[in-house]
Amino acid sequence: MPVETWLIFVLGFMIIGSIIALELKDLLSAVISIGIVGLGVSIAFLLLQALDLAIVQFLFEIFALIILIRAFNGKEYHIQEPSKSHMIQSVVTVAVLLLILILSINIFRALPEFGKPIFSTAKHYIENAAQETGSANIVTAIILDYRAYDTLGEVTVLFTAILGALAILRTRKSNGAAGGDNETA
Amino acid sequence: MKQRDGMTLIVKTVTRISVWLILLYGIYIILHGHLSPGGGFAGGVIIALALLNVMLAYGRQFIDRWVNIGFLHDLESSSAALFLAMGILGMAVGGGFLANFISQGKLFSLLSAGTIPLLNIIISIKVSMGLFVVVWTLSVFHLDKGGKEE
Repeated sequence: MPVETWLIFVLGFMIIGSIIALELKDLLSAVISIGIVGLGVSIAFLLLQALDLAIVQFLFEIFALIILIRAFNGKEYHIQEPSKSHMIQSVVTVAVLLLILILSINIFRALPEFGKPIFSTAKHYIENAAQETGSANIVTAIILDYRAYDTLGEVTVLFTAILGALAILRTRKSNGAAGGDNETA
Repeated sequence: MKQRDGMTLIVKTVTRISVWLILLYGIYIILHGHLSPGGGFAGGVIIALALLNVMLAYGRQFIDRWVNIGFLHDLESSSAALFLAMGILGMAVGGGFLANFISQGKLFSLLSAGTIPLLNIIISIKVSMGLFVVVWTLSVFHLDKGGKEE
């Protein structure tokens, strides 16, 4: 079977998982079924032979699942209140999505063959990366040699995000260290 | 109180054996980042997950005694500066910002590709310590809000 068939299968699996997550009333079960989406993305990367991305996506999926389960475990909002279903809203949503699908049929016809036009930059990387950088893994050669400046920006973003999270979460500790009014806040 | 720290004896025993294997796998992924799929980000997350595994199994009190969180935070902050220092070193020695100034060696050997393994190690320190410190802070925040020790 071609890889596209497998991708459509994985995509359908992900859509079913997200619909189940939306419909479930129990938040903890919804978090677990949302994990299907991340796992599906990981398998899709694996099918597209992007092994580096597949590994990172899989690991971050585990990480996000642990954090979400710890956040939602044993909380009062564990059970969601049943909401009134808005019939008109869902009908309008489905109609608009169908309209977008019909209008974009021409684009699907014009899409190039999968992975076919290799750009000149990518061709240069594929042909010369091993000799120029000495790295057998071309993905690593790109992110840490050709595009190392981009990785520096990524490191800075991570640093700033973690600093921000620590700053927000630590404020309460310095205020409430002496057993302050945490409960009333 | 001793009984309530962390999870059951089975989980603790399995964690005690498996956490070293997970750490070893993370180090393998980092050091072979320029040879096989993976690298600094993936290996860093594996190491963070190993530490998180210990924290979930043994409870937060144990991890406070086992590692110094302040030191981990310092390590995380200084690794960003180390990455920048590698870039400036490349500017001084190699003739360009973040230039690959070390000899590239033989293809497919562990000590090859110049600065790429060093940058992988720096990124892995950054990612692993950062993610673990954030999760640790989240659990402390949970206690500060008046939650029970789990």
